[in-house]
Amino acid sequence: MAQKLVDAKVNGIIGHLNSGTTIPASRIYSDNGIPQISPSATAVAYTAQGFKTAFRVMANDGQQGKVLGEFAAKNLGAKKIAVIDDRTAYGQGLADEFAKSAQAGGAQIVAHEYTTDKAVDFSAVLTLIKGKQPDLIFFGGMDPQGAPMLKQLKELAPNVKFMMGDGGYTPKLIENAGAAAEGAYASQPGVPLEQMAGGKDFSQHYEAKFKQPIQLYAPYCYDAVNVMIAAMQKAGSSEPAKYLPELARIEYNGVTAKIVFDEKGDLKGGAVTLYQVQQGKWQPLQTLGGSALAATH
Amino acid sequence: MDILLQQILNGLVQGSVYALVALGYTMVYGILGLINFAHGEVVMIGAMVALTVSQLLLAAGLPPLLVLLISLMVAAVVCMLLGYGIERIAYRPLRNAPRLAPLITAIGVSIVLQNLAMIFWGREYHAFPQLLPNNAHTLAGAVINDVQLIIVVVALLMMAGLMLLVHGTRLGRAMRAVAENPSAAALMGVDANRVISITFMLGSALAAVAGIMVSANYGIVHYYMGFLLGLKAFTAAVLGGIGNLRGAMLGGVLLGLIESLGAGYIGDLSGGFFGSNYQDVFAFFVLIAVLVFRPSGLLGERVAERA
Repeated sequence: MAQKLVDAKVNGIIGHLNSGTTIPASRIYSDNGIPQISPSATAVAYTAQGFKTAFRVMANDGQQGKVLGEFAAKNLGAKKIAVIDDRTAYGQGLADEFAKSAQAGGAQIVAHEYTTDKAVDFSAVLTLIKGKQPDLIFFGGMDPQGAPMLKQLKELAPNVKFMMGDGGYTPKLIENAGAAAEGAYASQPGVPLEQMAGGKDFSQHYEAKFKQPIQLYAPYCYDAVNVMIAAMQKAGSSEPAKYLPELARIEYNGVTAKIVFDEKGDLKGGAVTLYQVQQGKWQPLQTLGGSALAATH
Repeated sequence: MDILLQQILNGLVQGSVYALVALGYTMVYGILGLINFAHGEVVMIGAMVALTVSQLLLAAGLPPLLVLLISLMVAAVVCMLLGYGIERIAYRPLRNAPRLAPLITAIGVSIVLQNLAMIFWGREYHAFPQLLPNNAHTLAGAVINDVQLIIVVVALLMMAGLMLLVHGTRLGRAMRAVAENPSAAALMGVDANRVISITFMLGSALAAVAGIMVSANYGIVHYYMGFLLGLKAFTAAVLGGIGNLRGAMLGGVLLGLIESLGAGYIGDLSGGFFGSNYQDVFAFFVLIAVLVFRPSGLLGERVAERA
């Protein structure tokens, strides 16, 4: 797909959706000098490859995993933690970062188990983990696995806390897990929509135009596109070679935050927010890691 | 010890589902010598139809138990029609073709059904509504809930019913006759085409029940859910002896146990080298082992003699 787009001589790419697809594609875009902004790929590896054309508009998994691990070990006081990941680039990366950070915070990782991004049955894995008696289970993966896992966990071991990364921070998780979702934790790079500088307006305009609530990454996509357009306007051209330098040093007040890229292409001052399901809805608990670069609209 | 018991219980529940689906594979193979790869997709369609019917009926305000019974019947009927349709359209014209042609066709039907389901029901994971009160029971430290108990009981009942049909009725005798030798059966006055159609429909009805059980157990329905389930159920049928009904049941339960215990203990046994992500690998490892060491399966295969 990336090769197809490059052959079609596009001037810029917003994408891809997750780290597993973005990382291989970024090599192709870099080889052809086409700037790429990802609104949702969080794996550290994406910008660590050293490509001048790779950018992202929210915090990466290094920051996300670190915040989650600290929260689990310190704020939630979990002493024994079990980690499950789905062996994808995203899930594995996030789970590893989490494990490092949780251990640094004083917790013991009693089990590190694996599943796939197609599985629905976790009874064997959860039973195994139940035997190690953890206080908290962290799952690095997406909500199609998170929801059934949460349901099955609630039956096997109702007192164990459950935490995921941004893959789990979706309305679908609550919908598919039902009552079992109560009390689950998840994180999202960035700040809650209401606290975003342009968040409320964006939300209203979006729902008016599309008649449905915002999908997870909508504000980030919106900002990614607008940043690219702003860079093109500054450079006065949509040629990749011309606007790439402008993109690298742009300062743009987006809906999500003030967007400034560091030398790797990561967002400077990326915040991470922790959420918990309370009474069937995601409620923000804490925002960590943000900086004074928060936009003022 | 309670962890071991839990893994065994999990394996039995999973195995009951495999057994039900394996029966469909084994019956068709026994009669036609054909592996109906589309069977896993029939399970999925049963689950999807039940999902849609339940959603509609629940929105109309019917009591959950009635909704469950109605959606079960509708799903069974739809699957039976689907099974009949697949047999007539995809397999009957190839009755006398070389063995490879129906096999490829079966894979083709499987792909068609998956994509139709994806177009009709979308790619997202749907939540299956909870239609029965689902209380968890603790049994010597292991947890089992109502849905899982019902799955095991219903699977046993359906298997018993099928055995009664096949060994105690005229239709069953006709099925066994066609399975043993189609030409001789035709000479004895058995309408082979009718018996084959009925076999497909029976297998598909069981598939519908299995589909609803899987959806109720995990609460999730997805257009791709039939694929892996079908392959594992096929493995279970081979493990027990393809064409052999008792073999399919034994193979199903055994495969469920192997998977559950394997995934649970492989980490400890291999010192962390293999992890629980190898869970799906067990089924296929068993398949390879059976085909290499005992291709006729545990209870021996029963395939038609091709005179």
